[in-house]
Amino acid sequence: MGELKLFGNSISFFSIRVEWALKFKGIEYEFIEEDLTNKSPLLLKYNPVHKKIPVLLHNGKPIAESLVILEYIEETWKVNPLLPEDPYEKAKARFWAKFIDEKCLSSVLSVFFSQGEEQEKAVEPALETLKILDEEIKGKKFFGGESMGYLDLVASWISHWLPVFGECSGVNLLSAERFPSLYAWSENFNKVDAIKEKLPPREQLVAISARRKSQLAAAENK
Amino acid sequence: MAGEGVKLFGMWASPYVLRVIWALKLKGIEYEYIEEDLSNKSPLLLQYNSVYKKVPVLVYGQKPVAESLVIIEFIDEMWKHNPILPEDPYERAMARFWAKFVEEKFIPAIFGTFSKLGEEQEKFMEEAKKNLRILEEGLQGKKFFGGETIGFVDVVGGWIAYWVPVIEEIIGIKIVEEESLPLINKWFKDILDFNIVKESLPPRDKLVALQKVYREMLLGSSA
Repeated sequence: MGELKLFGNSISFFSIRVEWALKFKGIEYEFIEEDLTNKSPLLLKYNPVHKKIPVLLHNGKPIAESLVILEYIEETWKVNPLLPEDPYEKAKARFWAKFIDEKCLSSVLSVFFSQGEEQEKAVEPALETLKILDEEIKGKKFFGGESMGYLDLVASWISHWLPVFGECSGVNLLSAERFPSLYAWSENFNKVDAIKEKLPPREQLVAISARRKSQLAAAENK
Repeated sequence: MAGEGVKLFGMWASPYVLRVIWALKLKGIEYEYIEEDLSNKSPLLLQYNSVYKKVPVLVYGQKPVAESLVIIEFIDEMWKHNPILPEDPYERAMARFWAKFVEEKFIPAIFGTFSKLGEEQEKFMEEAKKNLRILEEGLQGKKFFGGETIGFVDVVGGWIAYWVPVIEEIIGIKIVEEESLPLINKWFKDILDFNIVKESLPPRDKLVALQKVYREMLLGSSA
């Protein structure tokens, strides 16, 4: 199997989705917690292009970008598959992963990182992306079907971070009334063993989000 | 080779569509091409790509696949001959990494050189050049990212070889200088010389004319 290290950060959802993938497959790895305000020389060496976490190091070879890492893990360790075998189903999973990480995430962050009128305007587009996802998960236990898969890991920031964003910004986007299927999914997802093995530290998440929010407010009010 | 009813919804001037055409040609797959008028999208397109309502969309049988990178991987997995992605998982990861880099870093930068003016344009110009320098390193002295023949990153990024000179002509500024980006320059030439690329490029004068109009619209809207 070789030497496996993951350079990451426990409050980063890009990082934790990789950890969950490894745990789901029962793969042992060494986790190196990076201080994002003071990145290690090793991280900068292994990801010189983006200088970001997560970076997976397998037998000395680095892989960066969480979605790329997830596919690498899937192709290297065939146990407990995360992606469907059928090319069309796989294509659908990749399509939705892009939608979640690009369209959905950017519209949600627009809500979180804005205030007042700007924030009000940002809410509707964010809700629309979540509505599309709610439609997509309807009738399914997980995005992966009966058991958790790649797309559930990609969407995991919705189950863990969105409520925190909501708490800090005062705008709760993921409500059971508005998106019953997506809400039910997040409950199912949080019950999966591999997920429960490492949960993002909620208090830290809240603290960081709150600090970021107040930084923004201070900058706005200058 | 018959593709069991493969349709491609596209637009002649879209580099995203061109990528998919190259992937299909690499595999020798026959397909029906449907040209979309993006100002008047067909009901079929809107049905097949209800989320983004964009081209390209590949339809295999009755199954639609959208997003060019997703489509290329689908093609590679459905038709196993003439592989576009390498076999080795690490090499595949590297290919996907560089493809993402082109999408997320290079495209916004080159778009900025095209759609902005003055200081803002300069910033994007520097960013685009920096990204090409980084991309050059990814080439690692090979002829193509795929080695001796074109691979995933060449299919995803090769349009740059044709579009950059067009953009340079329209904005009147050189972005890729031979001296500062020798390997990228060579890669451009090798891409444009590759048989399936040569035979599928959109006509240059039409492309320049269209991009000029598009640019005026972009500059006008930010006034």
